Amino acid sequence: MPIVSQGDVAQAVYHALSTLPGSRYHSGRTGTAMPRTLIEPQFPTERLSILDGDGKLDAKLEPKISPDDLKRLYRAMVLGRRLDERMLKLQRQGRIGTFAPIKGQEAAQIGSVFTLEPRDWMVPSFRDTAAMLWRGWPIDRLLAFYAGRLEGGQPGPEQHDLPVTIPVATQLPHAVGLAYGIQYRGEDAVVMTYFGDGATSEGDFHEAANFAGVWHVPLVFVCQNNQWAISVPLKKQTNSRTIAQKSGAYGFPGIQVDGNDVLAVYAASREAVDRARAGDGPTLIECVTYRLGVHTTADDPTKYRTDEEVKFWEQKDPLTRFRAYLEKKKLLDASVEEQVDEEIARAVERFEAMPPADPLAMFDHAYAELTPDLAAQRAELAARLEAPADGGEPDQTEPPSPPMRGQRRTTRWQN
Amino acid sequence: MAKLNMVKALNLALLEEMERDPDVLVIGEDVGVDGGVFRVTEDLHRRFGNNRVIDSPLAEAAIIGSSVGMALYGLKPVCEIQFSGFAFQSFHQIENHTARYRQRTQGRFHCQMVIRMPYGGGVRALEHHSESEEQFYAHIPGLKMVIPSGPRTARALLVAAIRDPDPAVFFEHKALYHASKEEVPDESETMPIGRAQVAREGRGLTLIAYGAMLRVALEVAETLQAEDGVEPEVIDLLTISPLDRETLAASVVKTGRAVVVHEAPKSFGPGAEIAASIMEGAFLSLEAPIRRVAAYDVPFPGFAREKASVPDVARVLAAARETLAF
Repeated sequence: MPIVSQGDVAQAVYHALSTLPGSRYHSGRTGTAMPRTLIEPQFPTERLSILDGDGKLDAKLEPKISPDDLKRLYRAMVLGRRLDERMLKLQRQGRIGTFAPIKGQEAAQIGSVFTLEPRDWMVPSFRDTAAMLWRGWPIDRLLAFYAGRLEGGQPGPEQHDLPVTIPVATQLPHAVGLAYGIQYRGEDAVVMTYFGDGATSEGDFHEAANFAGVWHVPLVFVCQNNQWAISVPLKKQTNSRTIAQKSGAYGFPGIQVDGNDVLAVYAASREAVDRARAGDGPTLIECVTYRLGVHTTADDPTKYRTDEEVKFWEQKDPLTRFRAYLEKKKLLDASVEEQVDEEIARAVERFEAMPPADPLAMFDHAYAELTPDLAAQRAELAARLEAPADGGEPDQTEPPSPPMRGQRRTTRWQN
Repeated sequence: MAKLNMVKALNLALLEEMERDPDVLVIGEDVGVDGGVFRVTEDLHRRFGNNRVIDSPLAEAAIIGSSVGMALYGLKPVCEIQFSGFAFQSFHQIENHTARYRQRTQGRFHCQMVIRMPYGGGVRALEHHSESEEQFYAHIPGLKMVIPSGPRTARALLVAAIRDPDPAVFFEHKALYHASKEEVPDESETMPIGRAQVAREGRGLTLIAYGAMLRVALEVAETLQAEDGVEPEVIDLLTISPLDRETLAASVVKTGRAVVVHEAPKSFGPGAEIAASIMEGAFLSLEAPIRRVAAYDVPFPGFAREKASVPDVARVLAAARETLAF
């Protein structure tokens, strides 16, 4: 499955289009225009679809995935969906804070993250819960994160994962640096990083892509183009026809895939990860998908998009078509939903059984060691916490204070 | 002992640490083949090669952002921002990530990295090449902010910053790069970050300065001794954050008067924090209000007018005399 077409074919097509009035590739020059030399044919950009929205399979492109792995993929997608639904309820009940639901993007996340080994690195944005679960983040830890607790951002000691990054696109240079580190030490690992269509407007995306291209690092950029950056649609975000083609300017391949087709996402990711592992540099994968839910729980999408549009994309639900595919292969386990719900319920119980957040922990990791200022501030808070909260007699012991009145030594005020 | 200027002293620190620790690498614009526009990274590229002395593309956010990734991986990047005036294109990476990764991951990851930036005026340079902006970094929790005052402190503090597990912004005053030579020990030397130095012991008045303003403060002290019979104490702050409040308070408890000098604009600058710290630690010893001598609160006025804004000996001397006479 070649990602980049033959250059000469592309050049011929480009030439034909560039002379065709009305074509978007038309040079705009007619008649007496100065002759110019074409030195870079239009960056060819391909789209890959294997299992389409109607459940139709392109059998010759069907990737070889073992029955067990197909089942694991499906289970992970269901887990992502069901946890999303559960988290919405928890948020509405005030048990967690605002979060960014992933509904509709399960195939884009699971099809790609599935191609990583534990030793590889995963760098998420803030809408990648399904991928994070696959990488081993415990559900209760993610819930703790969305309940505003620092504990929720701590990856396990062996986990090669960065935590949620909230400022858009700012995680992408980190992924480049990790990949540089891998290359620098000659280790066998790759990095995969996630971001959305809105992120491709940020300078950090372009700087990261440029650095990745120049340094030729083992990195896979996975863009989940879900059509909307809060209320701003893709057409207001970029004048590029695709996001995939943006990699061309940075000197590495890009491909657009049907992001709701887990088989296509898997196939493109497999190829990109293999390329990175072989030392052949970065790849950009644009997963065309759709955010079926709200931007975050603080958002009302009816203000900016139509029900018809949402219904159109619901027909393309990644879970529906993959379920049908598995059914045909007789690999569908009817109890998956139930198992997943049980797993979530147990995790919610663990989350709710967490002891209250100890305020003093805020000082623990600001620096490697407490600075004198922080030691004093910590002592002040500790003293405040020891004072009874029930309105009873307050604790009279106070932290050491500056010299009190009466100890004055200033000559000016002594007369 | 060799007599080195500040450029050579910084270069020595980088060379020593790169030889000592294979995880230390240098990244920035023109830091490789060219040796840096101020030559601080001279010859490192020849010794350590492309992979450890990285001539990066021209993009401040990705210099800092990719260094964050390297640091999370376990490397110890020393980044150079060519002029501190250009660092704002990377400010989000410093504030959002460099300073916070330890906290965000509860110690699972941290950023052991140094961000070097030439700063300060007096070099007849255009806008964005002459400013002093330490206050922005000093205000960020999770970060350390260091400013040496000469070759010896520059070398020792850069070594300390590279070895420090916390991220540090390290300002180098351009006017000091070639200003003077100083004896720098042959053996590796470090100084504790977070500690000020008493550059000159004295009584009756404490002058507090750092970077290029230390020279101004020392000259004012000489003049006061010669002309006024006062022997002021001079404190070289060296670390802006975390601030060495203990040394400041101890000095003012002894002297009763303080004048703070800095090149950054006055309002909300380090002088405000220093004055507040002295109020907290030495209030009952104060004989006069704490004075701040700083640049005026205007955007950089151009080097033709710069001298009228940046504190000089005459201005600090006048403030010191007023404080003594209060």
